[in-house]
Amino acid sequence: MNGAKNANAGISRAASQVHRLLTEAWRLQPLYVSLYAILLSFVVGGVLISIIGVNPFTAYWALLRGMVGGGDEIAGSVARSVPFIGSALALAFAFRAGLFNIGAEGQLLAGGITAAYVGALSWMSDLPGIVAIPLILVAGTMGGAIWGGIPGVLRTKTGAHEVISTIMLNSLVLFGVRWMVNSRDPVVLRDTESTVPRTDPISDTAVLPELVDSQPTLHVGLFALLGVCFLVAFVLNRTTFGFEVGTVGLNPHASHYAGINVNRVIVASMAASGAFAGLAAASEISGTNGFFQPGTFFLMGFDGIAIALLARTNPVAIIAAALLWGSMLSGAPLMQQEADVSIDVVRIIQAMVLLFVAADAIVRYLFRVRELDQSPFKATSIEGAV
Amino acid sequence: MTTAEHAAGAAGASERVGLDRQSATGLVFGLLGVALIAGVAPAISGTSRKFNFEPPPDPAGIGFHPPTWVIAIGVLFLLTAVLGFAPPEARRWASPARLLSAVALIPLVLVLSLALSDNPSTNVINLFNESLVLATPLALGATTGLWCERSGIINIGIEGTMLAGAGIGYMTYATIGDAQSTGWLWFSILVSVLAGGMVAALLAVLSIRFGVNQIVGGVVINLFALGLTGFLRSEVIVKTGITTGVGTSEFGLPLLSEIPVIGDQLFRGKPIYWMMYLVVIGTWLVMFRTPWGLRVRSCGENPHAAETLGVNVVRVRYQSVILGGLIAGLAGAWFSMESQTRFEDNMTNAAGFIALAALIFGKWTPWGAFGGALLFGFSRALGTRLQFLGVEVSGFEIPSEFLQALPFVVTLVVVAGAVGRSIPPAAAGQPFNRSR
Repeated sequence: MNGAKNANAGISRAASQVHRLLTEAWRLQPLYVSLYAILLSFVVGGVLISIIGVNPFTAYWALLRGMVGGGDEIAGSVARSVPFIGSALALAFAFRAGLFNIGAEGQLLAGGITAAYVGALSWMSDLPGIVAIPLILVAGTMGGAIWGGIPGVLRTKTGAHEVISTIMLNSLVLFGVRWMVNSRDPVVLRDTESTVPRTDPISDTAVLPELVDSQPTLHVGLFALLGVCFLVAFVLNRTTFGFEVGTVGLNPHASHYAGINVNRVIVASMAASGAFAGLAAASEISGTNGFFQPGTFFLMGFDGIAIALLARTNPVAIIAAALLWGSMLSGAPLMQQEADVSIDVVRIIQAMVLLFVAADAIVRYLFRVRELDQSPFKATSIEGAV
Repeated sequence: MTTAEHAAGAAGASERVGLDRQSATGLVFGLLGVALIAGVAPAISGTSRKFNFEPPPDPAGIGFHPPTWVIAIGVLFLLTAVLGFAPPEARRWASPARLLSAVALIPLVLVLSLALSDNPSTNVINLFNESLVLATPLALGATTGLWCERSGIINIGIEGTMLAGAGIGYMTYATIGDAQSTGWLWFSILVSVLAGGMVAALLAVLSIRFGVNQIVGGVVINLFALGLTGFLRSEVIVKTGITTGVGTSEFGLPLLSEIPVIGDQLFRGKPIYWMMYLVVIGTWLVMFRTPWGLRVRSCGENPHAAETLGVNVVRVRYQSVILGGLIAGLAGAWFSMESQTRFEDNMTNAAGFIALAALIFGKWTPWGAFGGALLFGFSRALGTRLQFLGVEVSGFEIPSEFLQALPFVVTLVVVAGAVGRSIPPAAAGQPFNRSR
């Protein structure tokens, strides 16, 4: 009898153990959905590749080797991913405050042109690298922060929705930098000796040290952006400001009632978002290009949206998502070369990933993943209208 | 109270400056008027200029004395300013005066640019026509946005929808008709339209069936269309070797194109351009003059109330989003089969976003959106024209980028509420769950 009791207790202990494990596993559910979404997207891409008469496994094998097939490939993939971390953080941070910052595209340009301008100033070459490099990074960050802060100010002062104002500001800065870089009469920022429109090369002292001579160059900017990811995670989870950001994102009315200065949080989050994009742009200018060309940042902001959503706006998960994104783009040329499959397949797969992550109901249905909590991308968190 | 105002109000930011919005606008016009009369008019050249109405040789037109016109417009601005501060009984004239002043900015720009250029004359009818033609995809795109947003679905995927229409349409034309045959051209335009509808259907399923955030849905559409069309271009279009072909051809409207001087310039055009007018007029008629249009609008304002009255909100939203997509597909066909006969990656080049701006500028009404599209079209046409004329302000040539950026500034100002607030449909962006 005693034995039976013990056995019972043992079973229930085991059961609770299993239950605990399962609960733990379910906590990883958002990860499951992302992984399944990636898997599903590759299946769709594979179907597309077979339609054009190529064996999808050949193509994907080439893609994989292009991504991580050797030291140079890995370094190139990482290097390609670095700026995406910044542009994804730009969306993620504002998203926590309930704001939809689709202006990373413009904030990158604003940060990039500021960094290139400061980096090419004549007295920069007199400064030691230890001063010049932080200076160029801070300049880019400030440029992005100002351009990101404007929609925040407009939102608080006039109620203009940030989605619209960031779209407008994206176009404005694009025309602005195009003019600065193209114009020969008067010369604004154009390098007059260059045949293509670009700015003067930045001073040698402002160049970020190279880590690996890959294609593109892997430079120290990587650590800057990784650091920012952890910093953001810390700020959001462990500081009063981070708590305010999250509260405003959940309910601005309640936050106001609770005594949080909602306006300040909105402007600060937008400016911070812009700053991350600006930093990413500055690190690219300083570490990879050495000058500014408007085309460099094409689509980088919009890719950032996809990456941030794939990472469910978790700043640390953004690192992984950005690595996936960047390495796919970096590996695609080898796939084109070896399997003769257009690199645009990668773009389709990426769009599919975003689609399946956003419409997680599809994934949950297909893979029978239970729903634990509300998806953060349900429209409820975004108030107002475009 | 709109949602945006509501949020701003909650954020404690609705305090108004001492000056109300009307007076502030008046003040801006007043300052502009003073600057024009005292600063600009004496400074510009007094030699006579001419607006031509037809191409050379020996064009008809009106000659004018630039400073006089500048002063006249300056006086109009001053009057507007004075009316803004007038006693209440005279104030009813203030609003039309502001509108008139805003419209007068266009002739002002023209007069100034001609006065600052070395050319004595330019063809304004042709400039107007160019503006209309360039406005075609923007007006169509804005109409797409109108259908979606009036039914309660925000569509920032207009860009991608257009791009898909352009790419799939041209691909069909190149593979089936070798980009040469007229019959297949029309078939391909139809394919473009249907492709637009399909892409929009995807957005509809995502946002209506799955309740995905509509902005995320739009971003998905844009990324997807960019990848898909790029893929199709390199896998299908490039492999056919047909990079260009015969696009739609111009024709004159009967009778109207016979009008002397202007008829041949204004009433000759290509088919999608003419269809644009039909779409805008049709949209206005259907949306504001039919019961179904009323249902669409009610779904965008208060879907639950609409449901109570027996409207099938889900079905109406599907219908309007897909209808919008068909229109965007037509806009895509304009890019790849009317404006040019080829397809390039990212050919639409942000036209979808500009269309969205035009929609907001036009305060979510068909004619307003058309006006917004026309403004953007005008700024593009003017940009090209100014480069051609070589307009210089004290030795500084006005860059075309500035003019192209101008409408975005205007839209930003409109969104920020400085020139009469633009209020979106109340339920746009909010998913609808059927009451059970």
